[in-house]
Amino acid sequence: MEVLVILVPLALGLGLVGLLGFLWSLKSGQYDDLEGAAWRAIADDEPSHETPPD
Amino acid sequence: MQATRDFSHYVKDLGSGLSHIDLAVEGVSCAGCMSKIERGLSAIPDVTLARVNLTDRRVALEWKQGALDPGRFIDRLAELGYKAYPFETVRAEAVEADNSRFLLRCLGVAAFATMNVMMLSIPVWSGSAGDMMPEQRDFFHWLSALIALPAAAYAGQPFFRSAFRALRTRNVNMDVPISIGVTLALAMSVVETLRHAEHTYFDAAIMLLTFLLVGRYLDQSMRLKTRAFAGNLAALKAETATRLVGAGEISVVPVAAIQPGDIVLLRPGERCAVDGTVIEGRSEIDQSLITGETLYVTAEHGTAVYAGSLNISGALRVRVSAASEGTLLAEITRLLDNALQARSRYVQLADRASRLYAPVVHATALLTIFGWVLIGASWHDAIVTGIAVLIITCPCALGLAIPTVQTVASGAMFRAGVLLNSGDSIERLAEVDHVIFDKTGTLTLPELDVVNSASIPREVFDLAGRLALASHHPVAAAVARAANAKSPLAGIVEQPGQGVCGVVDGEEVRLGRPSFCEADELANEILSLDPEVSVVAFMRGGERHVFAVRQRLRPDAQAVVSALQARGIAVEIVSGDREPAVRAAAHTLGISEWRAGVTPADKIARIEDLKRRGVKVMMVGDGLNDAPSLAAAHVSMSPISAAHLSQATADLVFLGKPLAPVIAAIDFSRQALHLMRQNLWLAVGYNLLAVPIAISGVVTPLIAAAAMSGSSLLVMLNALRARRVAHGRS
Repeated sequence: MEVLVILVPLALGLGLVGLLGFLWSLKSGQYDDLEGAAWRAIADDEPSHETPPD
Repeated sequence: MQATRDFSHYVKDLGSGLSHIDLAVEGVSCAGCMSKIERGLSAIPDVTLARVNLTDRRVALEWKQGALDPGRFIDRLAELGYKAYPFETVRAEAVEADNSRFLLRCLGVAAFATMNVMMLSIPVWSGSAGDMMPEQRDFFHWLSALIALPAAAYAGQPFFRSAFRALRTRNVNMDVPISIGVTLALAMSVVETLRHAEHTYFDAAIMLLTFLLVGRYLDQSMRLKTRAFAGNLAALKAETATRLVGAGEISVVPVAAIQPGDIVLLRPGERCAVDGTVIEGRSEIDQSLITGETLYVTAEHGTAVYAGSLNISGALRVRVSAASEGTLLAEITRLLDNALQARSRYVQLADRASRLYAPVVHATALLTIFGWVLIGASWHDAIVTGIAVLIITCPCALGLAIPTVQTVASGAMFRAGVLLNSGDSIERLAEVDHVIFDKTGTLTLPELDVVNSASIPREVFDLAGRLALASHHPVAAAVARAANAKSPLAGIVEQPGQGVCGVVDGEEVRLGRPSFCEADELANEILSLDPEVSVVAFMRGGERHVFAVRQRLRPDAQAVVSALQARGIAVEIVSGDREPAVRAAAHTLGISEWRAGVTPADKIARIEDLKRRGVKVMMVGDGLNDAPSLAAAHVSMSPISAAHLSQATADLVFLGKPLAPVIAAIDFSRQALHLMRQNLWLAVGYNLLAVPIAISGVVTPLIAAAAMSGSSLLVMLNALRARRVAHGRS
């Protein structure tokens, strides 16, 4: 049962990482446009943000 | 005079040499549009960011400061085939967005805690029957407390705050029993852990918060979506005013940038976007949006004009006044305040349920405690059982019963072209048994239309339409629209107050007043048949035609009225317009009850009178003069073309030309109310089953968790049925 000393903090730590990841994604605006994000995933390529040579 | 477009009001300076603007874009619906717009805009030199938000239908743009004029983005989007306009987030929307984000954060925290507490609880549940040592169980309980307590303190905020607010005003809402239940469950669990007891309820308490937050978040995000959509519509109206900057110099600026004291130019055919006083010029103005009166009013030096008035014949200069100065507006605002106060007394179904619910539950818990003590249990055991009653009855299903239905129903209404302004309007709308329509702009379309197009040769109609493009006069605009004219003719001259004339294929053509086109006789013939129409005459050589132009009823108005009557709802017209016009409309639509020439105060009096007789009135209107009665009615609805004030006051706003959304809204809300009641009964039924088990003292945390998630799922699934209306879908 001593293994609990490792497993429980490990499980909690992983959960906490998940939570922090979620909070970070929320803060960086990843939930602002759920519909657009769904389409962007399957788009051919991201429109470039650099000025193309005209 | 050269007009310039000035969008500087909307441009935000980000510092570090970058400027930012948000544009609302019409018609963005797919991934194709998204990449087309982003590529198209990124191709402009000096643009550093162009990102489409497909959910809100907006584009965020950043560029090197001073390098570009924002007007260029709008032109570029127009070339790509999208109508766009700068957008400013209104405060209400920003608040909703913040709330939504806060709820999502709470939900994330609560869901994380639930998962981890469950991970600890399941071994306890399964282990306590077998070979788990008491020390291990205590260890797991302590860990659960460590996760659940801070998580509940954070994620419970929306409920604790709302409960506190309600208690401070000596009210009870659903959040009061929720807060009490969660707090007691956590407190008891801590005490039980200290006593090395077998059962704790950390899992139940935190799971309850998670489920409730799901309901809250759904509700909030639906509201946010509606707000964002309404905000886009407002922005795309692109309301501008022509401001006089100096002598002879004018600048077209967004209405938001106009200050009191500015002088704006109002050209013929333009709708006034501000309130003010005429300081120069003479013209006729159409105030039907404000008063419902379709006859034109003469405006000259000193006349007050209001936002929404349409200038007909001459150019006017208007000094912008502070909104409160207008006597009409002041009167309307005063009536509005009174009416809104009356409405806030309506008690929502959820609050009515919780007023019954809270005392019953708390009394049951107390009786359980005393009951157990009386039959000889220890105080500790009695209190533990009492709190178990509170936990098992905690209104998990009850808290979800109404918001889930509202979310699903408002989504369905949204697709049917109805936007909800206030959350509880669904309940009120479902009770409606009397509908009062305003006539102008509500039963009729806001724009004029040619009514005798069948009697005019197609070729003449097309030519007249192209000719009409040269004029700003609203009647000419109606002819151009009806003829679907796109290409203006060259060399057409407008003679102010008379009409337009020119030469086509060697023949002189004219469009304008009957006298201007020598067609008085024909015009009088039409006017004697129907005195309500406006006439515009067309002349080519010796040929004469007269177009009869008037406001046309919405295409499906008659069908909607009979559909309402078929549902047992009384229909009535109350209009500020003159009697013959109202009578004609009522006759066509088969409405036997109508009132004409009604002032805003009389409209309210009529509604109050009906209310006293216990009738639930829905008011459908668009004018500024309707705003107070919209507020006074049990529930109210406005078309999207309505005056700002009316739209803000109405509970629901419908889009597009047809009136059918009125029916759809009533059907959906009736279905929704039915489901809300059903859900409440489901929740009550669950309690009837669970409470005896709790009172008997055999509830384990496992039973509590299973019962809670079971009832929540049941209620959520039932709510999904609000998408469909049982019968009468068009």
